[in-house]
Amino acid sequence: MAGEPRSVAFRRGREATWRELETIVEQVEKQGPAALDAADVRALPRLYRATASALSVARAIALDRNLLEYLESLTARAWLAVYGPKRRPAEAALAFARWWPRAVRALGAPIGLSAVALIAGAVAGFALTVADIDLFYAFVGDGYAQGRDPTTPTAELRAGLYSDGDMSDSLFTFASFLFGHNARIGIAAFGLGAVFGLPTLYLLLTNGLLLGAFAGLYHVRGLSLDLWGWLLPHGITELGAVIICGGAGIALARAVLFPGRSTRWDALVSAGRTAAGVVMGAVTMFFVAGLIEGLFRQLVTDIVVRYTVAACTAIAWALYIGLVGRERAS
Amino acid sequence: MKGTCTITTPEGITLDFKRANLGDRFSAFLIDMGLIVVIVLVAFLIAVTLGGSDLGVALALLVSFLVRTFYFTAFEWRRRGRTPGKARMGLRVIDARGGVLTPAAVVARNLTRELETFLPLVAVFSPEMLVPGGTGVTRLLTLAWLIAFGLLPVLTRERLRLGDLVAGTRVVALPDVALLPDLTARLAERQATYAFAPAQLAHYGNKELHVLEDVLRRPWIEPATLRIISEKIRKRIGWPDDQPVEPRRFLEDFYAAQRAGLERGLLFGRRHADKIEARSAGTPGERP
Repeated sequence: MAGEPRSVAFRRGREATWRELETIVEQVEKQGPAALDAADVRALPRLYRATASALSVARAIALDRNLLEYLESLTARAWLAVYGPKRRPAEAALAFARWWPRAVRALGAPIGLSAVALIAGAVAGFALTVADIDLFYAFVGDGYAQGRDPTTPTAELRAGLYSDGDMSDSLFTFASFLFGHNARIGIAAFGLGAVFGLPTLYLLLTNGLLLGAFAGLYHVRGLSLDLWGWLLPHGITELGAVIICGGAGIALARAVLFPGRSTRWDALVSAGRTAAGVVMGAVTMFFVAGLIEGLFRQLVTDIVVRYTVAACTAIAWALYIGLVGRERAS
Repeated sequence: MKGTCTITTPEGITLDFKRANLGDRFSAFLIDMGLIVVIVLVAFLIAVTLGGSDLGVALALLVSFLVRTFYFTAFEWRRRGRTPGKARMGLRVIDARGGVLTPAAVVARNLTRELETFLPLVAVFSPEMLVPGGTGVTRLLTLAWLIAFGLLPVLTRERLRLGDLVAGTRVVALPDVALLPDLTARLAERQATYAFAPAQLAHYGNKELHVLEDVLRRPWIEPATLRIISEKIRKRIGWPDDQPVEPRRFLEDFYAAQRAGLERGLLFGRRHADKIEARSAGTPGERP
């Protein structure tokens, strides 16, 4: 009954291949695929297939557990090296900039619904606050008001629109803070969409009410023109990003509620990946809005310039989202 | 199978991944969060030592936001599904269907992180930030809602985070296994001292073989333990009492013979999972 087990000869014949693959995989794991030289890049798929088939054979004939575990681990690692994410960041960023407007257009309906929710909230907040100024407190929490409420004298409200007092000496800090804060709200609006979209709609409505209540307060004091001049230069970008994030959230909700032919889970996954990409773009929009808000708004107080800038941002975003990435008509 | 996640590669090989357990995932998360805190602290320290100017503080704030938001995404993208914490714990993110782990999936699974970690904490400590002007009931509901998110991995059967659900990804345990020398290689150097008859190899199955492999692979083992094991095996396979054995040699030889026997059985389509199957099936290597 002597004689060596079958798997010993099997291993002897193939071990060199495995070791070679292991070295390459280790290099990919430590330094990324770019670090490989041309010969290794060519060898990787061949070695991977050889090792994967060795695993199949070993499962059938070998009882050396260490050998099986090693081959499973190595095959899995090589699989990740071969099928891992590949693109370089700069390349990926460019492709993303072309892909994003198309993805936003594809989500037209949910984004439209998101815009309706926000605008409906704003209109309601505006109308209610104008009718009864005390309702302002119902829509705006103390933290948000920051001394801008119905008891504030008109002159002070106006002054606030043209200089942010103690904020003006730390513009950069303020811009950074705003960006982080707003981007977080946008991401929350997106993520909450996975649970049937109700929290997303709630978030959009309450933010709309907040906006409307402020607009109502300033309208009653005859400061409408000044308020919008203060708000719109960054607000167009920022509200656009909020609406897009909300739309991405609603797209998730749509996938869960109406999965169509696929299972709910599959629908959520495929919608989730597109929507997450859209939200990444929206985070960039928040970044731009934060820069405008923190830097530009407090340096430029001329109302004509403010409206001009607002119009420019609106046109720029409309052109980018509307036109980039369309197939050329031949 | 319980606790595993099977994917089929484009080559048609099935790979069984062990699903990462929650403890490991939590440890990995803590390591990553620790690193994030360190990076943010260093950024602010630099800003302060440079005189605490507006620009410095603003840059530090920006860095802290970017690190908090993109730390996981960047590492999982560039390092094939591994953040430093995951690498330390031997974990990886993979695509649940065996395809390429796309940047989109990585981004999707990490965007929801904010909801699962940051928001529940805020909900616990300062709910008024989330529901401005809300009543006690709304706050309570929000709190319950968000905590349910945080607990999703505990509640779902497959231990999924919301991010894994949305992105279609799994976190698996994939420790690097080193290929150790074959245990039977030692026999090539020396002659086998003990020979076994086919009938003596019919008592054990794969499970017992693997236990024996574990024992023999231990870097150090109490000689008494080896003696107990060899005695047990000796009794079971009916090794004559009048032939005393040297425990380690005996076990090594038995392992080699048993493995050769069971592997030969595999070629004939006989797989004995353990000793119970082996006993009911008869002698390996002989036609039934």
